[in-house]
Amino acid sequence: MSTRNIQVTLKIDGKEIKTRAGEKLLWAALENGIYIPNLCAIKDKPEPNASCRLCWVEIEGEKKPVTSCTVEVRDGMVVNTKGKKALDLSRAGFELLMASHALDCAHCSANGDCELQKIAKALKCSLKPKNLRPLRRELPIDDSNSLFTLDPNKCVVCGRCIWECRKHGDKAVLGFAHRGFKRVVTTFGDEPIGKDRCLNCRECVEVCPTGALAFKEKAKLKS
Amino acid sequence: MFLDKSRQLRQNCSGQYTMSKVNSAANEKERKHIVKETETILKRFTRKKQYLIPILQGVQGKLGYLPRESMLKIADYLGIAAIDVYSVVTFYNQFRLNPPGKHSIRVCLGTACHMKGGYITLDAWKRRLKIDSGETTPDREFDLDIVACVGCCTMAPVTVVDEKPEGQVEPTRVDGLLLGFGYEEGKKEKEKSESK
Ligand code: SF4
Ligand code: SF4
Ligand code: FES
Ligand code: FES
Repeated sequence: MSTRNIQVTLKIDGKEIKTRAGEKLLWAALENGIYIPNLCAIKDKPEPNASCRLCWVEIEGEKKPVTSCTVEVRDGMVVNTKGKKALDLSRAGFELLMASHALDCAHCSANGDCELQKIAKALKCSLKPKNLRPLRRELPIDDSNSLFTLDPNKCVVCGRCIWECRKHGDKAVLGFAHRGFKRVVTTFGDEPIGKDRCLNCRECVEVCPTGALAFKEKAKLKS
Repeated sequence: MFLDKSRQLRQNCSGQYTMSKVNSAANEKERKHIVKETETILKRFTRKKQYLIPILQGVQGKLGYLPRESMLKIADYLGIAAIDVYSVVTFYNQFRLNPPGKHSIRVCLGTACHMKGGYITLDAWKRRLKIDSGETTPDREFDLDIVACVGCCTMAPVTVVDEKPEGQVEPTRVDGLLLGFGYEEGKKEKEKSESK
């Protein structure tokens, strides 16, 4: 990692930014107070998932928008996070996500500090899809754990909780299972998470950007 | 329990999503057999993560499916979380979580069969056997799955019953085929009440 200390200067939305070489565009923007919608980006994960398709930006001199979580900063780069092409792509990705989201903010413990609400605001679009008909999965909610509930119907499969849980090595309980539209965050055998497998470290709930993983206490306070 | 099952079935029939289930050995004898076969396969591999798939294939080759005991043993052997084994097993179509039934029912959903209402046939099988595709009846008589074109499209919709392709399998044919196996809906219950 010889590039670690080398500084790069770039421009994002007209603002001059200095950052480490090798840094991903998304983090450079976020750390400098420029918000780019993102769900699947994880700071300490070396390889980005790049699966949510929300973090599109335009780079001067490049024909197509790029996902900012995968592109490294370059000296002299000029970035526009508000380009129409990029925003259209992000909106399309967001709409796809929300089409299968069990939207019910009024009764959701994430209401008010939900990343999806923040993204909708940033993209200037509604939480409810306009062009797609809703396709709900109606999965059972797991409330077997005494501390939190897991509602897969509100999960955006970002993988943040799994990344935290993996830190427990072979004791990890959370992971993705099934395929395609059926993909969910779950446990071995889709078994209740409270059933003596969870280590109750709470980290997964802390990092969840939506109301999918929610503390029971907080839910009580809100209702 | 019963309520749960019927709710699940209703969901199945309307094409709703249901979770697959991990199966355990039905009795001690079976458990011993599972453990023995799994250990035999494991002995052929060193404890490296990259052998997960060949190990799973080996165990399924022996047992016909991947029971809970095997998956946990494999995770333990490789030093990985059980959920990671489950992740891989549920990702690939080749892996089965259900023991094979005595009779195998494979409903074709290839292009021709799809056009000829293969899904309606599949729904009929699901309703009659009270299981979803990929599952086995609790008495392990039948297992149900889908296939994509078995090469006799002129007979669409096709169901392959115990390796034999049956043509024009409309829902009424489903009943007929099941009758051929001496399987009638409610028969079991009737027998039970008669023997009382
Ligand atoms: S997760 Fe966010 S968008 Fe979804 S219902 Fe809860 S608050 Fe609303
Ligand atoms: S439960 Fe939350 S953190 Fe985990 S994948 Fe779903 S949305 Fe992301
Ligand atoms: S944050 Fe870039 S694709 Fe998800
Ligand atoms: S599509 Fe069913 S046999 Fe060809």
